[in-house]
Amino acid sequence: MSFSDERDWLRPSPGLWRMRRTEVAIVTVVLAAFLGLSFLGAMGPVAGLVTVLVLAGLGATMGWFLRRRFRAWRYQERHDDLLVARGVMVQRLSVVPYGRMQFVEVTAGPIERLFNLSTVKLHTAAAASDARIPGLEKAEAARLRDRLTELGESMAAGM
Amino acid sequence: MTNDTDLPALPDDGWRRLHPLSPVARIGRLIPALLLLLVVSTVHSKVENRTAETDYLVVLALLSMLYGYIHWMVTRWRIEGDTLRIETGLIRKDSRRLPLARIQAVDLVRPLLARMLGVAELRIRLAGSGSTDGKLAFLGMGEATELRMALLARHVDTETALSSNTGLPMARVPTGRLIASVVLSLVTILLVGITATLAVLDALEPRTAAAAAGFLAVYLFSFAGIVWRRLSGQYSFMAVEGPEGVRITRGLLATISETVPYGRIQAVRQVEPLLWRPFRWCRLEVDIAGATARNQRGEGTSVVRKALLPVGTGQDAWHLLARLLGAPDPARTPPPRRARLKAPLSFHFLSAGYDDTHAMCVTGRINRTTTWVPFEKTQSVRRVQGPLQRPLGLATVHVDVAGKRTRAEFRDRPEEEADRLVEELTALSRTARHEPRPAPALSAADDGQGIPSGWYPDPSGRHQHRYWHDGRWTEQVSNGGRRSSEPVTSTR
Repeated sequence: MSFSDERDWLRPSPGLWRMRRTEVAIVTVVLAAFLGLSFLGAMGPVAGLVTVLVLAGLGATMGWFLRRRFRAWRYQERHDDLLVARGVMVQRLSVVPYGRMQFVEVTAGPIERLFNLSTVKLHTAAAASDARIPGLEKAEAARLRDRLTELGESMAAGM
Repeated sequence: MTNDTDLPALPDDGWRRLHPLSPVARIGRLIPALLLLLVVSTVHSKVENRTAETDYLVVLALLSMLYGYIHWMVTRWRIEGDTLRIETGLIRKDSRRLPLARIQAVDLVRPLLARMLGVAELRIRLAGSGSTDGKLAFLGMGEATELRMALLARHVDTETALSSNTGLPMARVPTGRLIASVVLSLVTILLVGITATLAVLDALEPRTAAAAAGFLAVYLFSFAGIVWRRLSGQYSFMAVEGPEGVRITRGLLATISETVPYGRIQAVRQVEPLLWRPFRWCRLEVDIAGATARNQRGEGTSVVRKALLPVGTGQDAWHLLARLLGAPDPARTPPPRRARLKAPLSFHFLSAGYDDTHAMCVTGRINRTTTWVPFEKTQSVRRVQGPLQRPLGLATVHVDVAGKRTRAEFRDRPEEEADRLVEELTALSRTARHEPRPAPALSAADDGQGIPSGWYPDPSGRHQHRYWHDGRWTEQVSNGGRRSSEPVTSTR
């Protein structure tokens, strides 16, 4: 029952990192192309090249941040509660008892759907509980949803 | 429950209407708005013609009268077997059936104008609901008292309510202290500050002052409004233990009765504002979860924050806490000294602790705030470490309960302690969730000595107030200012 035991932690699918990487890459390329061309037209080739390089640098930094963030997400199903840990700058660990769960929400946005991923969110009566797990494979999300619902029903406690 | 024989018979003589003066009494709600309009318009009409503005007001009053009259025409009520039916609405019909057996409280509300006209509004609350489920505005005073008695006779047992250990007065707020506490609030200081600045400015440079006054008038009005609402809302505040929760009555123009159910208390907060500290006064607030109103996403189940004691001495607060939570006073420890670097201001009061049943924490600098959270209400436990805390090796542990930002915080604890706290608080919450305990007010006796004599909300709920004298309830009762007597047939 220790938090530090690394073997018990489950992580979001590597697909989440692929999705984030693709998002950053697309945004960077589009921005670089647009701004680079505008600066090229207005101030000449050097300005255009510098803009593209700066934007590429920004994109790489962003990617590095997202990579670290992706690695920080992890969750663990314990006997009575679900643990969700996330964050690099602000590190958060939530312990949500199954009995307090009001409902489980599974969402999949358009981009998430392209990568066959979905987000599972656990709702409790406290708005701050903050138990969200993004980037789960469809099967894993369904398994987690069913398991949480089942546990939540069997352990449900009133207000 | 009472036996059926001595129940006053509820007459079912068909549909009945509200009091014919209801449309007039309803205007009472508009009076503050009308007054404000009048003030604004007189200020304005110094330059423009006066008549047009006053005409508006008359038209407005007439329109609301007309609306009130139509409302009166289409509203009717009757008692049908064991349900009270209320039908209203011209365009959108609204028909309610209130089962008499489920009626939990019937409040008699008498705004100023209604009091002058001799009518009263009845607000009916069903068991397990936090808000008004049905209202009759307005009934004649006699009819209202009679109906109220009849409705409540069905389920409230006066004798047990008055003789059991519950039903003791808990706190009352003297008017002097209430006024002093409002005067000593930040809003009043702002109000005085603005007025003084304007006065000085007026003496020095009248032109600028006039412009500034126009600009600041909105703020002045809203601040004055806040001060007024606090005064009138908390006027003659009284709290009494009832069988299902703390009964509170308060209000100057309209008397408000409400119940704080013991089982739904999520957190209790004691606030000691800077300006009150010389007097050792404090304010108690509770967060209560609503049972019915739950928004569709189910997120942040509706939690209401209510004043349990608008201003009281430390002793008053302690008595209330003892009856609600069993006076939890776990040993508190401050965070390590290095936390001062991260929280230079709030470090002064910062401390937290827990015992088997409650987590408790003290935060704030200007408003010293002590929060108690019962473990059986824990929704989640969180450990959060921000970028400023990491280099210092500190982390914060939250114990969340239902609501937006309701929680106990173990702020800026050393990392290893935070890890241990997460485990221990989770375990304690698990135990508390499986074995919920009743509120101390329901299980432990209080001898009730030392409570000053006076009018308090009737613990049986049948009357508005009952006189408490010499450590026991008397037969003197009062409903909307009318006194009568109803014997207490108990041996207490």
